Amino acid sequence: MLELKNICFKKDGKEILKSINLKLLDDKFYVITGPNGSGKSTLAKIIMGIEKPTSGTILFNDIDITNKTITERANMGIGFAFQQPAVFKGITVYDLLKVAIKKDITKVEACNILSKVGLCALNYVDREVNTSLSGGELKRIELATILARKPILSIFDEPEAGIDLWSFNNLIEVFKQIEEDSKGITLIISHQERILNIADKIILLENGKIKEVGDKSILKDIFSCPKGGDLCE
Amino acid sequence: MSSLLDKIINNKIEEADSYNIRENGKTVKRKENEYIKIVNKPNSKGIDIYVKENTLFGIIDIPVIISESGIKDVVYNDFHIGENANVIIVAGCGIHNIKHKTSQHDGIHRFYLSKNSKVRYVEKHYGEGTGNKIFNPITEAYLEEGSTLNIETVQIKGVDKTTRITKAELQENATLTINEKLYTEEEQYAKTDFIVNLNGENASAHVTSRSVATENSYQEFTSDVIGNTKSFAHVSCDAIIKENAQVKAIPIIYAKDASANLIHEAAIGKIAGQQLTKLMTLGLTLKEAEKMIIEGFLK
Repeated sequence: MLELKNICFKKDGKEILKSINLKLLDDKFYVITGPNGSGKSTLAKIIMGIEKPTSGTILFNDIDITNKTITERANMGIGFAFQQPAVFKGITVYDLLKVAIKKDITKVEACNILSKVGLCALNYVDREVNTSLSGGELKRIELATILARKPILSIFDEPEAGIDLWSFNNLIEVFKQIEEDSKGITLIISHQERILNIADKIILLENGKIKEVGDKSILKDIFSCPKGGDLCE
Repeated sequence: MSSLLDKIINNKIEEADSYNIRENGKTVKRKENEYIKIVNKPNSKGIDIYVKENTLFGIIDIPVIISESGIKDVVYNDFHIGENANVIIVAGCGIHNIKHKTSQHDGIHRFYLSKNSKVRYVEKHYGEGTGNKIFNPITEAYLEEGSTLNIETVQIKGVDKTTRITKAELQENATLTINEKLYTEEEQYAKTDFIVNLNGENASAHVTSRSVATENSYQEFTSDVIGNTKSFAHVSCDAIIKENAQVKAIPIIYAKDASANLIHEAAIGKIAGQQLTKLMTLGLTLKEAEKMIIEGFLK
């Protein structure tokens, strides 16, 4: 379980997050959504330790992790997929997967992990994780590094951002699979209705505050169909 | 000696088709075959290596070892590569200097590539011990029509001062590829100059330098590529800089013909924070993440 208690975050005198209180339960699939600038990515980064909250406490399985480093949190079982994956000159997909999984794996095993995100080819594993890969490919490799780790808490920051529609359709399948298989907590930041559709709970963030937590009905106003019907697909 | 040899030569020297081991200014061991001849220059100032035309996949090792402190070894190695020959030349210099005197190796390598010949030249510099170690390699390459020269140089730590000059003249359809890898630390100084003349039509040069400068070290990279005719060149200098190190990149591309296509890219910067953060989210510490990024970069 992850518990956020009165999390506040200020940057350059601006309040980005205002007293966030949230409990995320095991085996649940959460989606954080809300307008641009509402503090979604900041909240995710605070959970991973990439940003430090100005005040408040973070408990992960009843352990206070507020002052723990990124590395410590990663080794406690928190995983984070970046919105814009980092690129590395000279580091291959295989290298990255070996670090992610914390042991030596064969190329076939690496390929099996990649196949879960729709990238299966043995020659893929030797590619460098650099800008010669497309945005969609980088994004899938990013997801693969999280799947390889099997974290207790997996955070995905806008997995759909920057990828084409074709890749997106595959991505939905990946998340459906995660939702079915996952033993831990999954937390996704997303605007995509098809990702929202598979959530157990949706957290609506607005102006740095949690406006509402609930099922998809809390977004009725946002996704209401102009023709007056139910939610549009 | 053998441990220094292992540091500079990747293959097993006994398995090479021919070799010449030079230790403290003298040839100590040599092997030749019917395709590859090694001839001494007067006053043991170096060697001439003759590769017969049409020689295929020959491997030539020419390591230089300096284990006595205070030696200044200047050596001229000339490679005469016959038409259509295809060889790999592995050179390297290891200095072991534990005394206060300076040990210096200045290797002057000249490559004469005949028509359609191919050479892969691998050079590694390695220094150990607290004494001053200086390398000043000069490489000159003359590439005839259709020939290909691929130069790989590696210098990772251990060398106090190095000034490297590489000059090449390329005729029609000749191709030159240079990959340089460099890591400096402490007060080390490394200067590299590439001077490439593209003289023949469709000659092309690809120069890639990847370097890491740490602590108080200094690196300077100059590339001077001249396109005298319809030709192509791509020069890329990429450096990671840390602590108080300094890196200077001076790009010169000079097109003397309207159909010369010359590109220069240079980037110097710290390790991107985003790269470190990503690796830390995979459980590495900051130090481990840095190490992985640098090792990958220089791989």
